[in-house]
Amino acid sequence: MMLSVRDLKVSFRTDDGLVRAIDGVSFDLEEGEILGVVGESGSGKTVSLLAVMGLITDPNAVIEGSIRYKGRELVGLPARELRRLRGNEIAMIFQDPMTALTPVYTIGWQIAEQIQAHQRLSRSAALDRVEELLAEVNFPNPREAMSRYPHQLSGGMRQRAVIAMALSCNPALLVADEPTTALDVTVQAGILDLVRKLRATHNSAVVFITHDMGVVSELADRVMVMYAGRIVERGSRSELFNDPSHPYTRALLGSIPPLTGDKPRRLPAIPGSPPSLLRLPKGCAFGPRCPARYEPCDAGKPDLAGGSHAAACFRVAQA
Amino acid sequence: MIYPILRRLGQMLFVMFGISVIVFLIFFATPGADPAARIAGRNAAPEVLEAVRHSFGFDRPLYVQYALMMKKIFITGDLTSFVNRGWKVVPAVLDSIPITLSLVFGAAVLWVVFSIIIGVAAAATRNSWLDRLLMALGLLGISMPVYWLGEVMNLITQSRYHDTWLFSWVPPLGYKNFSDDPKGWFLTLVIPWITLAILYIGIYGRVLRAAIIESMQEDYIRTARAKGLSETRILLRHALRTSLIAFVTLFGLDFGALVGGSALLTEVVFGLQGIGKLTYDALQSLDLPMIMATVMYASMFVVIANAVVDFVYILLDPRVKTS
Amino acid sequence: MTGTDQPILETRALSKRFSIGTRFSSEGRRVVHAVDNVSLTVRRGETVGLVGESGCGKSTLARCLVRLYDITDGQLLFDGDDITAKSLAELRPVRRRLQMVFQDPSASLNPRRRVGDLVAEPLRVHAKLTSAGIRERVAELFDLVGLLPDHVGRYPHEFSGGQRQRVGIARAIALNPDLVVLDEPVSALDVSVQAQIVNLLADLQDKLKLTYIFIAHDLSVVRQVSTRIAVMYLGSIVEEGPSEEVFSAPAHPYSQALISAVPVVETTPSGRRKRIILSGDVPSPLKPPAGCRFHPRCPVAKDRCRTERPALVEHKSGRKVACHFPASV
Repeated sequence: MMLSVRDLKVSFRTDDGLVRAIDGVSFDLEEGEILGVVGESGSGKTVSLLAVMGLITDPNAVIEGSIRYKGRELVGLPARELRRLRGNEIAMIFQDPMTALTPVYTIGWQIAEQIQAHQRLSRSAALDRVEELLAEVNFPNPREAMSRYPHQLSGGMRQRAVIAMALSCNPALLVADEPTTALDVTVQAGILDLVRKLRATHNSAVVFITHDMGVVSELADRVMVMYAGRIVERGSRSELFNDPSHPYTRALLGSIPPLTGDKPRRLPAIPGSPPSLLRLPKGCAFGPRCPARYEPCDAGKPDLAGGSHAAACFRVAQA
Repeated sequence: MIYPILRRLGQMLFVMFGISVIVFLIFFATPGADPAARIAGRNAAPEVLEAVRHSFGFDRPLYVQYALMMKKIFITGDLTSFVNRGWKVVPAVLDSIPITLSLVFGAAVLWVVFSIIIGVAAAATRNSWLDRLLMALGLLGISMPVYWLGEVMNLITQSRYHDTWLFSWVPPLGYKNFSDDPKGWFLTLVIPWITLAILYIGIYGRVLRAAIIESMQEDYIRTARAKGLSETRILLRHALRTSLIAFVTLFGLDFGALVGGSALLTEVVFGLQGIGKLTYDALQSLDLPMIMATVMYASMFVVIANAVVDFVYILLDPRVKTS
Repeated sequence: MTGTDQPILETRALSKRFSIGTRFSSEGRRVVHAVDNVSLTVRRGETVGLVGESGCGKSTLARCLVRLYDITDGQLLFDGDDITAKSLAELRPVRRRLQMVFQDPSASLNPRRRVGDLVAEPLRVHAKLTSAGIRERVAELFDLVGLLPDHVGRYPHEFSGGQRQRVGIARAIALNPDLVVLDEPVSALDVSVQAQIVNLLADLQDKLKLTYIFIAHDLSVVRQVSTRIAVMYLGSIVEEGPSEEVFSAPAHPYSQALISAVPVVETTPSGRRKRIILSGDVPSPLKPPAGCRFHPRCPVAKDRCRTERPALVEHKSGRKVACHFPASV
């Protein structure tokens, strides 16, 4: 097992008391596997992966549970040790390529900086490597692109540069946080292709965070659906999309307008909106919006139950 | 490259022309500022007044007077003071420039170095006792009036403790030419430098701390962390580097203003015959030629300082070049 | 009044150009052709979807249609009335019938005003109503957009994104407009909330006989909402037609690429559609390519495309394509 997360809890101390952003998340990731993490804003999909990266710098954050990377416990690991992993073995791609790069340095400089932080390489050797990387992510003219500043590149090109940077030390694990949300669909298609290609060539495991079910269904081997800080359903791609069992997953899939075939006059919509973490309902967090809600749902929070395909729902457990 | 420089020059000429006309008109429009009356002295006879008027050219049309004055400043350089007859104002300004430049330049070095150290240290240890101490000291620096601080400095180093080992090296007030006596130049300026710099160290340290803390919230800092860089490197190469843009803007404005005469109070307290002192005296006696010369000089410097800031901007922020 | 075949909105060769820089800046004065020669007819009761990549000019066009931007060239007709060059005062009666909803509901609502006041504002400006009448109308509007009566006294920040967008919509329909231009109205919302707003817009269209111009980058949402769509590329319309036809059989190579790029949930791996990946980026509208503007990225470009710009031609009733070699319609 490459990555094994057990009962991860992330809370933030606020004026209104302790807010639990992540409430007992557990998952595993194999080498070369693409895990899709789906959820809406506030579902905790980003926070849980930032915790894995050790990138939650808020002094008011409390992180509990266990994150094992190749058997090594990351929670409580000294910053120095964590830094050696970050950018080297575990790399991350962020949502907005417009702001993810330091505006005052060239692309080449920023990628070389990461290489030199982890490998003993001369400047020129590092720059040669940068050129290779940019060619790998389909920059038509890598030598020339290296001397460009971020603002001189289009959004798609910047995201490619960010990906090249993430790949610079051949990471075993790549965490991508909504890397295509800010991009046009035509550009997104190219980036998704690239991620698939990278998995094939580098055998990296990928955690792909997104709110777009379509993207997940095209890319992921396994899928994890999150709602209000908990995993509500997880399974292989075909399990999840052919046979969704949690009412939230079903409703979410149902509310996406189809691109082909008949148009429904009205879309099956989920009422209400995602709950605020400050005021979570007592029982199941999805309860107030759930069409299948019954008495047990108000009493307690359902646990994730089942084998490889599991759902956190009293109805599903009962059936 | 040549075009921006020409544009700057044009801008400078325009600013100087505008300011000179305004100063000129204000002078002649100021009630009770009849220059002839001032020069001739109190209760002068009308004939004397008339003679003065004629010999200074006050009986000619205003635009002729203006043109003559500009010619005397910029072409012949022989404009003389209305108050001290025969005192050539252009050489007087030129003589005082090195004094002001020495004072402001030295203070600027001090304030840039120390405010960066303080700003970075405070931002790095945000909310710790060190951060609070540094920011409190900064506030103290800002709130001490420079003339008061200067007098206190003088009191300590010139009289009260002058004879102790600590301050016996401090020379008497005044300015020594760098070319004649480099050591003397340095020693006489140390205390004025510190006095002038303290205010700016306070301001710049606080501004820089705020800018660094703000840029530490940016996405690219998170990227830098995800790259596995050390916190020191993130702070210095990423956060500080992008924060310097605001710092440089402020610096350009302050430096230009100080060189243009705003260091007046420091100059007066330490007996330095700089531009500020010169302007101050000229205003006291309503000496138009001197006012005109110092104002021309100051506006030139402000525009030059702005041009330098723009240039440094291009070095600091590549986005400026293309937009 | 007017016959039903009279288009509610019509543009004739409408262009919008922005100039950036001045004659004195280093690269001189440059002109961006944001919207270039767009002729579009919107009929009563339909929903026209505008799609295209960012920078294709769809939002600029929308702003021209409600005269938020001045029009550089061409004509804009609202209900047969030429409003291209009308002054602000002359536009007032038109504004009432022509409304706009923006993407970010939190940015377009004044945070210091109660939402009831925000919805009442257009009524106070345009409608001759007593304050009781206004209160009554606001209550009616809240009911229409699915907000509760006691929401009137709340501030925008107390609402979720979806509720704020409902407020924005209530404001837009307060004066019974004929046409509403919706610029990315659901893009900032959570997936589970988007469907609610899409349904609300459909319901309002039925009840109030509204005409929509709908802009979104999410193509499946556009398909759901629109009866007709116009695909834009670099400021011009490259394809136009009934929404379902264009989506099922796009004729322009750009529309084909755009639609094929949309990721959809496929339950069987074999059912995955063939994807056309475009090379390169959208060229700068400062220096649009000669000939067909799409030719540098077009997989089927031929010599003719490099020199001659194709016009938007009607190939079949209601299907227009600007391409020398369109797929059979």
